[in-house]
Amino acid sequence: MNEKYYVCTGCALLCDDIEIECDGYRISGVNSACRKGVARMKGCQDPLACSISGQKADIDAAIKEAAEILTNADNPLIFGLGNSTIEAQKKAIEVARRVHAYIDDTSSFCQGPVIEAILNGQIRSCTLDEVRHQADVIIYWGADPANSHPRHLSKYSYFPRGKERQRGWEEDRTAIAIDVRHSDTAEICKDHFYQIPPQADRELIDALTSALSGKVPKVSFGMESKKILELASILKKAQFGTIFVGLGLVYSLSDMEPLIKLMDKLNEVSNFHLVPMVGQYNMRGADQPMFNETGYINRVHFDTDPTGADVTRHGPECSAVELLRSGEVDAALVIGSDPMGSLPRSIAEHLLHIPVINIDPCKTQTSRNAAVTIPCALGGVESGGSAIRMDGVQVELPVILKSDRLSDMEIFDRILEVL
Amino acid sequence: MTGAMEIYQLLPKTNCKECGRSTCMAFAAALLSRDAVVDDCPILKEEKYRDNYENLTKIVSPVGNASETGMIVHEELCTGCGNCVVACPVNVAEDPYGAGAGKTPTNDKVILRVEDGIVRISNVEDCRRFGENKILCSGCIVTCPTKAIEFI
Repeated sequence: MNEKYYVCTGCALLCDDIEIECDGYRISGVNSACRKGVARMKGCQDPLACSISGQKADIDAAIKEAAEILTNADNPLIFGLGNSTIEAQKKAIEVARRVHAYIDDTSSFCQGPVIEAILNGQIRSCTLDEVRHQADVIIYWGADPANSHPRHLSKYSYFPRGKERQRGWEEDRTAIAIDVRHSDTAEICKDHFYQIPPQADRELIDALTSALSGKVPKVSFGMESKKILELASILKKAQFGTIFVGLGLVYSLSDMEPLIKLMDKLNEVSNFHLVPMVGQYNMRGADQPMFNETGYINRVHFDTDPTGADVTRHGPECSAVELLRSGEVDAALVIGSDPMGSLPRSIAEHLLHIPVINIDPCKTQTSRNAAVTIPCALGGVESGGSAIRMDGVQVELPVILKSDRLSDMEIFDRILEVL
Repeated sequence: MTGAMEIYQLLPKTNCKECGRSTCMAFAAALLSRDAVVDDCPILKEEKYRDNYENLTKIVSPVGNASETGMIVHEELCTGCGNCVVACPVNVAEDPYGAGAGKTPTNDKVILRVEDGIVRISNVEDCRRFGENKILCSGCIVTCPTKAIEFI
């Protein structure tokens, strides 16, 4: 048995009980991590090379070129940050301030609204450890952790035995899945799976809210009132309930108001918490320093007013998607994200027409067309730091392997030096 | 988990006895318990049964990697989620504060553990499906989201 445990950076669960076997230069074995984590920790098959305009370059020249691109641009954008440590994210904000850039992370089209509501105190949240020790009713709404966060059910939410849940999943816990399809997680929830048509989440939220108020709930999509009342009665009886919100729910709500209303109602009649199912390992971390410094979690523009004084603007028009759609940005620094691979072509296409600086450990669709590529150390493996788990708990990431590549924080530091 | 009826539906249902069993249903049961192999049925190799033959070879996976308790882990399906590790009653009894609490196993007495993203079996003699007092425990089967664990 290993005495030392490491942290997996495969997803925002940040499992901190990983055993590693090393044979000198590379990781040969990863124990207790899921396949997703093993794939990330063993490193990429196709590492990124340092280049300027497709030609091989040394790191100093690439950093100088990157700083030049950012300085010469009128409206640069810094985007990504979900796979960077908190230290790197703070430096990125500093760079954005210096070059008057837009800064946005992937949460603006992901779990942003939920995290914002939690940070603003509108929704009650809890930690995953509290879930493990206390939760008796667990709802996966629009989420499929069996695929997105494989160890979610086994490490925290359903199967483990906790202090107040000694009999674990067999008797002490009820897992409920609400989804548009019979997912792998729904398979585990068995009879407690509630299938709804796409975009019907709001209707079900309203029906549940009225069922909790003692009214007869009605929905247009053929789910019987009896079934909704049954669900409401399970929720009412919960001693410690948690809703895990997936992108399925976030995408089908135009605003968070119905969800906040449901949480308020649930907390009137019982005891409920909400945790966002964050994807990238430190996406919640990207929101935290930004929130501390600016009061906004994402979509920020460090602008100057006509008198030359610094102003911080915020709004939907500052999101990476809107900026790329309108073509307003004239340079972009993309770190730890692959917008060319993940965003619709009509939006990501603008990245082909502007100089792009890509910082990533691996080759991606975005790095293929980037003006400057800077390889960085793999966060949580070759470089340490800290990150914030999906429930807001800060986790320290120890270094597993030494690497001669710079960490993303050091790269931002060097860019700042040149600036 | 595959049942004998599911296998029977794919057989020729001629009861020709060429495989050495009296009926196709008996052959299906033999396939399920891995006492026979698909190739024992000569009729299945005819052209018109080609699809059935291919389906059967997929359903009735080879016995080669089964443990002594008859447990097979389909490695290509396993995601390493560890649900079985945490749910297994023997793991919980042997390692309540490690595997039983959702964490990495802290001793060598556990039956199931995840190595390199795939569940591995050890100490099979402690499995509840083994030995004289065996019971039909299904802790690891019902908790697997991808149906990667099977007993034969």
